[in-house]
Amino acid sequence: MSSRESKAEHIRRIMATEGAAVGENTRGFNQGRYESVAKLEDYEELKDEARAIKEDAIERLPELVEEVRAVVEENGGTVYLAEDAADANRYIREVCDAQDATRLVKSKSMTSEELEVNEALESGGIEVIETDLGEWVLQVAEEAPSHIVAPAIHKSREEIARLFNEYFDPEEELETAQELTEFAREHLGELIEGADVGMTGANFVTADSGTIALVTSEGNARKCVTVPETQIAVAGVEKIVPSVEELRPFIELIGRSGTGQDITSYISLFTPPVDSPTVDFDRPEEPIAGGDTAGDREFHLVLIDNGRMAMREDDDLRETLYCIRCSACANTCANFQSVGGHAFGGETYSGGIATGWEAGVHGLDSAGEFNDLCTGCSRCVPACPVQIDIPWINTVVRDRLNSGEDVPLEVLVEGLTPDAETEGPGLQKRLFGNVETLAKLGSAFAPLSNWAANSRPASAVLERVAGVAGERNLPAFQRTTLRDWMDQREAVPALDPDRKVVLYPDLYTNYMFVDRGKAAVRTLEALGVEVLVPAAPGSGRAPLSQGMISTARRQAEGVADALDPYLEEGYDVVVIEPSDLAMFRDDYSRLLPEREAELFAEHSYELLEYVYGLLSNGANVEVLDTTSGEETVAYHSHCQQRTLGLEPYSVEVLTECGYTVTTSDVECCGMAGSFGYKEQYYDLAMDVGSRLEAQLREADADHVVASGTSCTDQIGDLLGQEPRHVVELVAPPEET
Amino acid sequence: MTQDTPTTTYEQFASVASEYGIEPRRVEPNGVAEAVTEMLDPPAVGTQLPWEDATLPDGVTTEPTPADLRAATTGVTAASLAIAEYGSIVLDADEDGSDSVSLFNDLHVAVLHEDDIVPDMATAFEQFGERLRETRESAIIATGPSATADMGALVNGAHGPKQVEVIVVS
Ligand code: SF4
Repeated sequence: MSSRESKAEHIRRIMATEGAAVGENTRGFNQGRYESVAKLEDYEELKDEARAIKEDAIERLPELVEEVRAVVEENGGTVYLAEDAADANRYIREVCDAQDATRLVKSKSMTSEELEVNEALESGGIEVIETDLGEWVLQVAEEAPSHIVAPAIHKSREEIARLFNEYFDPEEELETAQELTEFAREHLGELIEGADVGMTGANFVTADSGTIALVTSEGNARKCVTVPETQIAVAGVEKIVPSVEELRPFIELIGRSGTGQDITSYISLFTPPVDSPTVDFDRPEEPIAGGDTAGDREFHLVLIDNGRMAMREDDDLRETLYCIRCSACANTCANFQSVGGHAFGGETYSGGIATGWEAGVHGLDSAGEFNDLCTGCSRCVPACPVQIDIPWINTVVRDRLNSGEDVPLEVLVEGLTPDAETEGPGLQKRLFGNVETLAKLGSAFAPLSNWAANSRPASAVLERVAGVAGERNLPAFQRTTLRDWMDQREAVPALDPDRKVVLYPDLYTNYMFVDRGKAAVRTLEALGVEVLVPAAPGSGRAPLSQGMISTARRQAEGVADALDPYLEEGYDVVVIEPSDLAMFRDDYSRLLPEREAELFAEHSYELLEYVYGLLSNGANVEVLDTTSGEETVAYHSHCQQRTLGLEPYSVEVLTECGYTVTTSDVECCGMAGSFGYKEQYYDLAMDVGSRLEAQLREADADHVVASGTSCTDQIGDLLGQEPRHVVELVAPPEET
Repeated sequence: MTQDTPTTTYEQFASVASEYGIEPRRVEPNGVAEAVTEMLDPPAVGTQLPWEDATLPDGVTTEPTPADLRAATTGVTAASLAIAEYGSIVLDADEDGSDSVSLFNDLHVAVLHEDDIVPDMATAFEQFGERLRETRESAIIATGPSATADMGALVNGAHGPKQVEVIVVS
């Protein structure tokens, strides 16, 4: 089996066995997030604050580590800075051995999963018990977490009941969630009572007081800290914040962002060794208040480096260290919702940010296992409480996996035959990364190339060689490109000489979906704008999405060369394809010199955003193709367009034109650029798309419209009929 | 008393807490013992309240042993602070064992002084900052009962109380 086939098989299997439970739970969390953050008046300010605190803390990390060491020692505890997992595990085992410990009880900690401390202790004869109910289910089932916050999210109640009934053989069969929870509480309660050591993670560690903040709901962490005499906390070094006050924005954001709870049941601010007396169940008749308190307790804070200090030096991976592991990026991710962390995850971490964590702590290979599943749709970006550019981290890691070497454009053409020896990105990545070459060739030979691309043998070759899913119809190339059409027709004089735009001829509009380009030109001109369509290369989106950063940069520079003269003269740039607009507004800041990037960010507009602006400034809507009737529209906005906050403009313009609009609320159509074209991801893309399909069918509207090419392709495959771009619905009819 | 738009900090606290199944009851200091008696489900354990005039009733075993703790259904403790906008109460992890008493039993009855309700998280954290730096104590912000969704549906009473009641001393 080729690696693409086995990947497809793995994804199919996970979707079939775990997809339903993961989907229901993550979508619930995601919906909860939207509702919970909407209640915060100062949501954006809190995110800014959280971000600033993390930037500062990571910047000053070495100094803060020393502060923590000093303050914890002053409190009566010990700090151990572990270089890597083996070092941490060795130390933890020594602590346990010094206590003659036979049982350690743990509350949930992803960092301890990263260390694989359970295995290390168990091999030394120490019994380790996970007391978080989800983690305990997994310990019994001998499985790995599928989600960083809700580890057993892939298991349904029925499965857990079956597991417990088989494993524990209880007197009465367990069935309901209530019964399962009570059984677990009893069972684990007894194990905690007899434990020698309690281990927790830490969501945050404060450098001014040595306080460990734990964000939990069950109460097991409190028991693990209080009952045994010895406490160990394991924490990545990045968990340190300078002061107690600086915990506040995180406390307000973490539950809302993750599971959609305004706050979790318990935010424990433990300053160990804690004052609470130990609860010694071996001496059941001695008052608790006489138990060991702070002075007698032992506390060890094990701070973990394990690659983090190197991440801190890495300009691209550094942001990962700001992550507070809330899980918003996983819950908001359409692909994650379909497969969960057993497919969209590496050795320890899962979801979009896992690429950064895995690359940093376990190495590039572990990140490479799943990094492709991030499509760069960017829906996680506004959800992240510390504003990490998660897609960028994925892009950078992909670039490094491609061995950092972009392949010259010519290779693509030759590359249409398999060439296992070529260094750098695989053939499939080069194909999708170099769509531009393909488009030019395709258009020059249209319609021949269309027949060829979609004919059975050709699509079979594309599937075998480059992994283009055979089920997909490739978009048809047009012989007359948008630019040809502009050149051939008579220029339309502008009504308002101050309104002049450059319509960016993205590859899809110029070579394939020429009609929507024409509709855009007619619309803008009808509203009194002078429209030019100059020659310009691809925006760099395609190579960027394949992790080919230097190719993307070259293209960005090409676009800048082509459009700069117009920008200098005061032209606005109007963009049809939202993913290209996202390049201009956002990604160019990483690819072009600052001033140039700013120019693009400030003067580029999404087409319907621009139309909306014209209408708001007095242009007459009646020149467009309006309807007075009861026509309905089902509209699916594009993921990156939503992240840029531009969905409302399309809805508004459609409404002004007289349509009744329903919008989809799925995060992504599933196609996400070239992702859904790849054979190994076809089933996943269709699974993601199935929810959009359901919503569009339910809307049962007179028209289905969308904004992005990949969305229209995907919806076409889902509904069996290609939807149009918004502008095609509102554009004045073509004069004949 | 329920109002649509809470006006005082107390009312805001009560209104948000009710979303977690808590209906705070406001009493005079000398009415605390009676209110606790009415609310508890025996047997009960507790730790002493820090206010003069506000005492625990005879039905509550103070200075409990591990055996008492295991046998009890109700735990009674003070709360040192409350945060109105979150409906949260703040529990101490003191040498009397209040942390355990508030955690191990099905019902936790917390006694709070009305003056200790702060409006928001920012104010609470200003207080925590000073207090934790100075005293190196611990504090637990508790909101509603212990809960889990790990067994396939939301269940109250995971490792901690299934229900929380709050008495507010005014
Ligand atoms: S990257 Fe952001 S959204 Fe994702 S887990 Fe980390 S903090 Fe949460």
